[in-house]
Amino acid sequence: MVPPPEEMLSAGYALEYTYTRSVGPAIGRFLTGLRERRIEGVVGSDGRVIVPPTGYDPQTGETLENFVEVGSAGVVTTWAWVSEPRSNQPLQHPFAWALIKLDGADTALLHAVDAGDESRMSTGMRVRARWREETTGHIRDLACFEPEAA
Amino acid sequence: MENPVEEIQTPIRLDYQYTAGEATARFLRGLKQGRILGQRCPSCRNVIVPARGACARCGVATKEEVELPDVGTVTTFCVVHIPVPGSAVKPPFVCATIKLDGADIGLFHLVGGIPPDQVRAGMRVKAQWKPREEWDYTLENILYFTPMDEPDVELDDPRSSAHA
Repeated sequence: MVPPPEEMLSAGYALEYTYTRSVGPAIGRFLTGLRERRIEGVVGSDGRVIVPPTGYDPQTGETLENFVEVGSAGVVTTWAWVSEPRSNQPLQHPFAWALIKLDGADTALLHAVDAGDESRMSTGMRVRARWREETTGHIRDLACFEPEAA
Repeated sequence: MENPVEEIQTPIRLDYQYTAGEATARFLRGLKQGRILGQRCPSCRNVIVPARGACARCGVATKEEVELPDVGTVTTFCVVHIPVPGSAVKPPFVCATIKLDGADIGLFHLVGGIPPDQVRAGMRVKAQWKPREEWDYTLENILYFTPMDEPDVELDDPRSSAHA
């Protein structure tokens, strides 16, 4: 007699690491601004405003310290729809990852756009920041962006 | 600016579904019954625990099952002073490689029931099992290995331990 096949043994296994990351002066300045619901960039050697700020000029490598505030609304320059968000993503319903060029900035910031439906997304659309109720000095102080003209 | 942000928490988490293969499943089923099962390599005759279904030394499949006692010898160890995030085990604790009697490869586990600074290579230890009703398909059925009332043993030169 053939013995019945044994049930396969399977179990959940979570691999989790805690990291504390030193952010440095430029991103530190940016995150401190977010805590106060303000988005800051830095002026590069060519006069372009870089958001989020970099510590050094992308072209010349010189130290950048001329921080400026930019708007909390801007234009989507490109985007990708996420129909099945993962548990650690900023929104738990379908959303778009987007590059957003904020008013007064010359580079784009990557963030989530809560548009509800993919059909409401388009390159060139205007979006504005939705702030988290409690800010802590983290990129997630920006809960997400949402279409400006609803 | 007051209290500028200098650091952020960026935890990383990966969720896996682990499926035990044939050899590991047999080992875990043994543990569920309070038994420690290894396998003997048909080529070098080494007893491997936990068995992986093949001998890493010879590269051949292993089938012969060998039940091992829950007593053995500490071959090497490390006193851990830094807490492991998410772990219930509080430092200082002792991680050790324990060669069970009859096995040719060490089993990685904890040594307890003794101050960490008194653990020695060559120390004879015995498994401290959890209460039987708590046994599951896991090596955690053994809380730790605890010293036996036996003299230390001389450790073999690891290069001479193979039967081949």
